[in-house]
Amino acid sequence: MRLDPRVSQALIKALLWTLTGFTLLILIVIIVNISVEGLPRVSLGFLTQEPHDMGRSGGIFSTVVATAYITLLAIAVATPLGVGTAIYLTEYTRESWMTRLIRFGAECLAGVPSIILGLFGFVLFVLKLGFGWSVLSGGLTLAIMVLPIIIRTSEEAIKAVPEDYRVVCSSLGLSKWQTITHIVLPSALPGITTGVMLSVGRSLGETAVLLFTAGAALRTPVSLFDSGRTMAVHFYILAREGLSMPNAYGTAAVLMFSILFINLAAYGLMQRLMRRFS
Amino acid sequence: MEQPPKIRIDGLSFWYKDFQALDQLSLEIYPHEIFGLMGPAKSGKSTLLKVLNRLSDLIPEARLEGRVYVDGQDILGPETDVVALRRRVGLVLSKPVPLPRSIYENLVLAPRLAGRPPKELPALAEEALKAARLWDEVKDRLHDSALKLSGGQQQRLCLARTLAMQPEIILLDEPTSGLDPISTAKIEETLFQLKARYTIILVSNNTKQIARATDRTAFLLMGRLIEVGETSQVFTVPRDRRTDDYISGRFG
Repeated sequence: MRLDPRVSQALIKALLWTLTGFTLLILIVIIVNISVEGLPRVSLGFLTQEPHDMGRSGGIFSTVVATAYITLLAIAVATPLGVGTAIYLTEYTRESWMTRLIRFGAECLAGVPSIILGLFGFVLFVLKLGFGWSVLSGGLTLAIMVLPIIIRTSEEAIKAVPEDYRVVCSSLGLSKWQTITHIVLPSALPGITTGVMLSVGRSLGETAVLLFTAGAALRTPVSLFDSGRTMAVHFYILAREGLSMPNAYGTAAVLMFSILFINLAAYGLMQRLMRRFS
Repeated sequence: MEQPPKIRIDGLSFWYKDFQALDQLSLEIYPHEIFGLMGPAKSGKSTLLKVLNRLSDLIPEARLEGRVYVDGQDILGPETDVVALRRRVGLVLSKPVPLPRSIYENLVLAPRLAGRPPKELPALAEEALKAARLWDEVKDRLHDSALKLSGGQQQRLCLARTLAMQPEIILLDEPTSGLDPISTAKIEETLFQLKARYTIILVSNNTKQIARATDRTAFLLMGRLIEVGETSQVFTVPRDRRTDDYISGRFG
């Protein structure tokens, strides 16, 4: 039996709509749940006071600082490495077994479970290089974790820049590097920013890596060599050890809304940049 | 012609992977002339332009033989500064590709990166736009995106962009293919004025344009030079029957 094309069309539309709706629903349930449970806990004091009594009372100031510190370090290390690799792969080599090997390596790195990456960071940075449980060890290990994301998205963004632009720039007597810095990278910036933002999100939410490499000290980290507990780790410890569920949810809400805010800010910034360049 | 040639092409052959685009081509082009290149598709006209400013370097798996001299200096040798060469030999590609910037930025990007003092740039841009007959249409919106221009305007912008570099040689690949007859006539008029300062090579599929606008003409066929001479002679008493067939529209 064949269905009338209009009927099958309508059925498929309804099915796809349901699937999409279901996805959205999951997202909404998570956001609502965290907001309802967590937001009542959040106040200016919660953000600006040091945690007391293992986090049962007081605020989460030290974990906010540790989170910002470690994430910024990870992004600051991973962005130049990742974008540099992407530029090399797209602009300075032709497809060969070498580029495929580099790309395959990056893919494999993306597939390494974060707990194993954490162990690697522990062995290399914490023990071998003697950085101890620290912001530095945690940031560097996170940088390794997000590197494949940045390489992949930057590569796609750079490849999407029309080849004609490169030909025109060459014909106008721009050197290869001038072409890259003045035309290719500005055009690829929105895509690169997306990759960096994804990486920020991954870094903010990571726990396994940091339990191994940054430790869980509740003091506010000052130097790169201080241990620090990020919001995600704090949430994990509060919930896992049953110290304070309200404070755990409060931390989760702050974490979730900072990710939302950072993404919106990046989006707005990008829109402004796009307007300037086109 | 007593003066030494501006460009001397000596036994130039060019291959794209398996396809031979130029075959043992030799030509001399003199300073301050407008030199026309005509021929049917795949005759090697555009390839020749790309070799002259080494844009051919960007084509993967291509190879070439022979020599090209600009002012007596071999430009195909490994010691040639390709970036400096391209500033001297400007190429306007047949497909207009404005960069995703403002009209003004399109014009001054290359001169600025070549080290021209910033205070010279606005005058440079204005002069180039006037020469390319675009000034009146865009003078009030120089800082709008170049991508918003119409096809014909983009083509003139690309010409202006090359003029703003103030090269010594200008290579034009179908500069008027998308333009109406009035703009075309204006561009041809511009070329006559530019001749005093530049050496110009004009590639066109439009034989009438070659006849109108050039001093000397070469006819290429499948990468080979069939005939070269004064334009008036090539068009009135061609020496080769194939040239005659081409300009009278019997093939091509």
